[in-house]
Amino acid sequence: MMRIETTDASAGGAPHKLKVATVSLAGCFGCHMSFLDIDERLLPLLELVEFDRSPITDIKHCGPCDIGLIEGGVCNAENVHVLREFRANCKVLVALGACAVNGGLPAQRNHLELADILQEVYRTGHGLAEGSRIPDDPELPLPLNQVHPVHEVVRIDYFLPGCPPSGDAIWAFLTQLIEGKDPNLGPGLLHYD
Amino acid sequence: MNDSFLLDGEDIPFTPGQTVMQAAAAAGKYIPHLCWHPDFAAHGSCKLCTVKIGGRFATSCTVRAAAGQEVENRTDELDAKRRTLLQLLFVEGNHFCPSCEKSGDCALQATAYELGMLTPHFDHFYPDRPVDASHPDVLLEFNRCILCELCVRASRDVDGKNVFALAGRGTRSHLVVNSDTGRLADTDFAATDRAAAVCPVGVILKKRVGFAVPIGQRTYDRQPISAGLRADDKAGAGFGEAG
Repeated sequence: MMRIETTDASAGGAPHKLKVATVSLAGCFGCHMSFLDIDERLLPLLELVEFDRSPITDIKHCGPCDIGLIEGGVCNAENVHVLREFRANCKVLVALGACAVNGGLPAQRNHLELADILQEVYRTGHGLAEGSRIPDDPELPLPLNQVHPVHEVVRIDYFLPGCPPSGDAIWAFLTQLIEGKDPNLGPGLLHYD
Repeated sequence: MNDSFLLDGEDIPFTPGQTVMQAAAAAGKYIPHLCWHPDFAAHGSCKLCTVKIGGRFATSCTVRAAAGQEVENRTDELDAKRRTLLQLLFVEGNHFCPSCEKSGDCALQATAYELGMLTPHFDHFYPDRPVDASHPDVLLEFNRCILCELCVRASRDVDGKNVFALAGRGTRSHLVVNSDTGRLADTDFAATDRAAAVCPVGVILKKRVGFAVPIGQRTYDRQPISAGLRADDKAGAGFGEAG
């Protein structure tokens, strides 16, 4: 398993801050909200890490990082690009939450034909405005036929399940990872729901 | 003669005819399992209860206890194999815990917690398995079926109705309902049947009571499955034999 090194090997001096990037792909940002549920522990965390791409910084592209946290599964072409960018730049990549781990709620469309879903939602469904049509703006990323968990697209180093994982679970996971350990959630913090 | 065997180095007494699983359960020792239930004949299909006896793999629910056996149960090697079996079950069905009303009372989920399963690991099948909501009191959510046949055994051996069976082979194995239409509403199945309360996962669900107990306060939210309480045994009898 890939582990984090907390000291700068060449300097031999003060620990440098770890770079952390986070993103929500086909997620609801619930895992990010749960991350904020570590509350005042954000302050000691900020002594140890600085954020690269994340909703907190609004940086658009992930640079070289120590830890990447991926919320949500992969439902469209942009998700694939972003996930691969994270994998290319992050030493340790973490699947954060149920959707990243197994596709979650968005993956419950997987037994249906994508074309049928788009037709139903935008053309034939109940309560649509007259002239409603399937969005086709070229800037919109193309949806994939199925929603996939992130481990089906890139290599993932760690998995933290839960919908969402609790703030305590995220805190326990991150602090152990930052200490250079293999995170072990222990009783009560491992939940799939 | 002293009728006992060693389970992970601990002396476990047994009565002649008991299986390793029955003797372990009677002694309050947890061997991971899904298709075994104390009230029913062993099925031996889920393989979660595989132990090593004298260095050889065996399903503890079907092997008779014998004096002097040395049984390995919760070793890293066996638990790793059990995790793999669980991962295969998770990717073969559609197991979305956050939207399942059985979450917290589900033996598959609780066993995966017990064994520290963090990821399904394999590529998902995402099978297409339509639900059967035809019965007025019971819903069949086939997406979560793990083919344990507990409902088959309960309906056949206790209820005397033969409502359920497994059909198909290999990856096409699936649960079927014994009626001309294949719908549950066209059988004599009743919500009071034993088969209605025996499903270890979220396939056979009584309607209108799904969230009577809130998520977070359910059987395996309060204690791990290894503590012995079964979600289908609200009397709280815990480990043990039939009755």
